[in-house]
Amino acid sequence: MHTLHNLVSGPLVWLAFIIFIGGSIYKLVTMAKEAKKKDPLVYEYWDGNYAFRSILHWLTPFGSVNWRKNPVLTTVTFAFHISLILVPIFLLAHVLLWKESFDISWWYLPEAAADWMTLIVIFACIFFAGRRMIRKDVKYLTSSSDYWILAMVAAPFITGYWAHHYWPMYRIMYILHILSGEIMLAAIPFTRLSHMLYFVFTRGYIGSEFGAVRHARDW
Amino acid sequence: MSEPASKIENQKGIKVIKDMGLDQGVARLTPEKIEKVVNEVLENETGARLKAYVDSCVHCGLCSDACHYYVSRQDPIFTPAAKVKQTLWEILDKKGKVSPEFIRRAAEVAYTECNLCRRCAMYCPFGIDVAYMMLTMRRICHKLGVTPQYIQDTAHSHSATMNQMWVKEDEWVDTLFWQEEEAQEEIPNLRIPVEKEGADIMYSVIGPEPKFRAQLIYQAAVILNAAGADWTMPATPGWDNSDMAMYTGDNEMMARLKKEHFETATRLKVKRIVMGECGHAFRSVYDMGNRALGWKMPPVPVVHALEYYYELFRAGRIKVAKKFEKPVTLHDPCNVIRGRGLHEMTRYVVNKTCENFIEMTPNREHNYCCCAGGGVINCGPPFRDKRVVSNSVKADQISATTKKGVEVVIAPCHNCHGGLEDIIHHFHLGVELKFLGDIIYEVMEKPE
Repeated sequence: MHTLHNLVSGPLVWLAFIIFIGGSIYKLVTMAKEAKKKDPLVYEYWDGNYAFRSILHWLTPFGSVNWRKNPVLTTVTFAFHISLILVPIFLLAHVLLWKESFDISWWYLPEAAADWMTLIVIFACIFFAGRRMIRKDVKYLTSSSDYWILAMVAAPFITGYWAHHYWPMYRIMYILHILSGEIMLAAIPFTRLSHMLYFVFTRGYIGSEFGAVRHARDW
Repeated sequence: MSEPASKIENQKGIKVIKDMGLDQGVARLTPEKIEKVVNEVLENETGARLKAYVDSCVHCGLCSDACHYYVSRQDPIFTPAAKVKQTLWEILDKKGKVSPEFIRRAAEVAYTECNLCRRCAMYCPFGIDVAYMMLTMRRICHKLGVTPQYIQDTAHSHSATMNQMWVKEDEWVDTLFWQEEEAQEEIPNLRIPVEKEGADIMYSVIGPEPKFRAQLIYQAAVILNAAGADWTMPATPGWDNSDMAMYTGDNEMMARLKKEHFETATRLKVKRIVMGECGHAFRSVYDMGNRALGWKMPPVPVVHALEYYYELFRAGRIKVAKKFEKPVTLHDPCNVIRGRGLHEMTRYVVNKTCENFIEMTPNREHNYCCCAGGGVINCGPPFRDKRVVSNSVKADQISATTKKGVEVVIAPCHNCHGGLEDIIHHFHLGVELKFLGDIIYEVMEKPE
């Protein structure tokens, strides 16, 4: 158990971060190069102002017509994404690890808030999975990988919550928490989680086309 | 015009509509040929953009309600993402190793179940451009020789005559003289100036205007003359701004057509091209055809009729004798609204010419498509029933305006016109359909 703990909290952490950061840079650089060669129009028509205008509308809760048309999904998806990003970075336990390892630290979330936000991520994943099963249009689009991705995202939060509350077998959960977090991180550049990397570019490009060429709104 | 009813037969749970072009094209395919062509297109003509779209799509279904096919039919095969699933996802997944039957269905999806209206790009949080992906699928089908017969015939016409409707050169010039003579009965000194070098404007139309709707040339001549415009029309090929090759996936032909069009304008030394009320032609000249030729923006400025009308009314060059009295509503065509943002200018003109304008909802960029554009109506009678029943939401949208008293729908686009005509008829909506030019012609002060 101890060796396993040392493995997941030592070398694998490094590996996960290297794959995440290196993989993301690799993906973005190869995409940028390929676009330059095969889709030069992306560079030609890119317009910073209109790209930003579009991105801003879509990053604002209820900032687009479609967000307003789907109030429940919009609320859940924003709460989910905000929690998903903030909790790992600003959780006290994580901040302490950074302090311990590199002697750097930053602001952290109040414990209760982090707890609630963790639950938000977990229940949002359940909501998304339910939506995939119930809504016929989404069901038609869903393949098993979509459930795996949801499970992959939910796992570190479920195990983290479990371990934090010292529920039975919390030691194993703690190890699984670290491991699943590492898997998720490393998977970002190589699965559909890469929408995190591409969002700015796909949204920005269509925003540029709509704004600068077509003189129309795209939200 | 009587059209044969669609022949629909059931195949693997999805209704397959018989079409000679698709069926015979598929009969000639082998898995090896498919793989070769698919990979050629993917390797040589697509890249990071397609990859980013496919990798970013989280299959959330937020695009579903953007599509009039899905909203009307409530069948999950019609959501925008589902159309990609039935085409490029599978093709990319299997690296082109798909069967001829798969291509048959994919072709039907790409050509007849998507109008390329780009509404879904406004509903996808990532801005994924499904129209681009459907065009990529069409490109593959074109190279495989699997295209619906009717639209392929128009593409052949483009190749042979440089216009969409097999109009011969002398017939074209005759039509202009004929419309000039007709108009002279109303306005004796009216001219349709042909081949006037150095005019300010080259007025261009789509092939179907001389073929079926010649009175639109007459009306445009009356408007341009009343406005005192310095204009001309070419006597040579290059007069037709339409482009079905763009929709069959024949990008080479699209480029040739636009080259001819721009070169004709350059030969006539005009300052700009003003085009009639057509949406897809505008997309071809302003957005796709120019890009195929390597022009970031059109080499000769292109002004759509709606923008030109706005210019005329704004400058007071057209006077209204008596406003149009019947209550009207306006259908915003995708290619000039989502494609060029002419919605407010159009409303300005509608308000200047009509007493009572009632909006349909949704409107402007969010208007529902006519279900005829994107080459779908050009796929002809076999697919007519499908496109009409797949747009009941349009019927609902119009019907909500008739309850408020609307008697006339203004549809300033040829394809929208064709599509809405069928919808109004099929759903017994009891409204008239007009181009904005029809209204202007009717209400304007005409010179003696």
